[in-house]
Amino acid sequence: MKFTATVGVAGYGAYVPAFRIKGEEISRVWGDAAPVREKSVPGPDEDSLTMAYEAAREALEMAGVRPEEVGAVLVGSESPPYAVKPSATVVAEALGVTPRVVAADLEFACRAGTTAMILVAGLVASGAIRHGLAIGADNAQARPGDELDYTAGAGAAAFLLSGDRSRLLAVLEHAYSFVTDTPDFWRREGESFPRHAHRFTGEPAYFRHVVSAARGLMEEAGLKPSDFDYVVFHQPNVRFPLRAAQLLGFREEQVKLGLLAGEIGNTYAAASLIGLARVLDHAKPGQRILVVSFGSGAGSDAISLVTTEVVGSRKSSLERLLARRAYVDYALYAKQKALLRVA
Amino acid sequence: MVWVESAPRAWREGTRRYRLIGGKCPSCGGLVYPHRQVCPYCGREGLEAVALPRRGRVVTYAVVRNPPRGFEGREPYVIAVVELEGGARVLAQLTDVRPEDVRVGMEVEAVFRRYREQSPSGVIEYGVKFRPAI
Repeated sequence: MKFTATVGVAGYGAYVPAFRIKGEEISRVWGDAAPVREKSVPGPDEDSLTMAYEAAREALEMAGVRPEEVGAVLVGSESPPYAVKPSATVVAEALGVTPRVVAADLEFACRAGTTAMILVAGLVASGAIRHGLAIGADNAQARPGDELDYTAGAGAAAFLLSGDRSRLLAVLEHAYSFVTDTPDFWRREGESFPRHAHRFTGEPAYFRHVVSAARGLMEEAGLKPSDFDYVVFHQPNVRFPLRAAQLLGFREEQVKLGLLAGEIGNTYAAASLIGLARVLDHAKPGQRILVVSFGSGAGSDAISLVTTEVVGSRKSSLERLLARRAYVDYALYAKQKALLRVA
Repeated sequence: MVWVESAPRAWREGTRRYRLIGGKCPSCGGLVYPHRQVCPYCGREGLEAVALPRRGRVVTYAVVRNPPRGFEGREPYVIAVVELEGGARVLAQLTDVRPEDVRVGMEVEAVFRRYREQSPSGVIEYGVKFRPAI
């Protein structure tokens, strides 16, 4: 897909909670080696909705757009606090953009944030709305001791997309989605934790979709890996995105800036978008960025952006949030993640 | 007082809790929270609803060790009077901070958090709290 009308990022925000648990602490309890050094843990009063709000407010403030000018709020998450009742309405109400707004939740495992971005970009590019918010947020759930328990993190990222050329920090060029029916990870109604097909989540799921979406975009747009300054992949761990980069012919220097899984774990729908926020915080004018998400079930969105001359004039709070780290042990982690049931 | 679950109450209080909307006196310029009709400083009526600044300082605080219903399991936590830039005072919970690390005068900023679940199957109440400024 090529965006023929101008649409891009006028503001963005990222959110990572204050708490961390070290991989070695999870290993102490459950025995296996941790694939990340540490991961983010939500506070006891945080969920995907509160994190979505924090990222969205930052995006709105950075863009300098008034709340009533926002025409869409889409929240992508697989961990909404309610099974039935949208998060988007609470986020929109708290931001002050209600009631004249297209607001809804999207669910597609770790991919829903980038899909929200493509949908909002479509609304903006069509001229239906002037500005819209796309948010990816998750408080990822994992069965204690499961492989996912070593990496399931918490965080959010939000992008205020706009058609006002003068406001844009980065312009969206192309998007390419690659989706198949692949049962690599799922959670049935009423179940507390997701299940997954172990090693099946690698080749037929993550790598096939990520590589196909990235290749599809580059073929359609006539671009090659060396045309990009940075590439951000969905990051369930540190190894997968590095391997995806290798398969596609990207150098490690192109991946490193946007690769945060070793510090904050897998933030699911927020993962590739927090990486994009990190890259935008450090990018220089005229640089091209490729973002490739992945969500189980399964699908990937690839999006290419080019930064404008004003990128870097406004930055997110991400570096300060990453520097703020309060370590918890596994017992406090279990309490804050609501893994302990009292009465 | 018996506390009962109430979705309408959560709805009625929502916007005020969500957005930090205060009142500004057209006469003396005084800022108050929450928004009210009459200025407590000069007695003028017709305060204008305004979005208050999100940063301020802790004026005083108390540690809650015996929490009311819906806040169990969070103790000990801190409630504080926060003076926002411009002078409005807000009574709110502090978050992301241990009680022993709270100081009078510490700089804080507003965040959006869960207040409580009315029950495991009930409405979740959200609103503004303050964290140490980062």
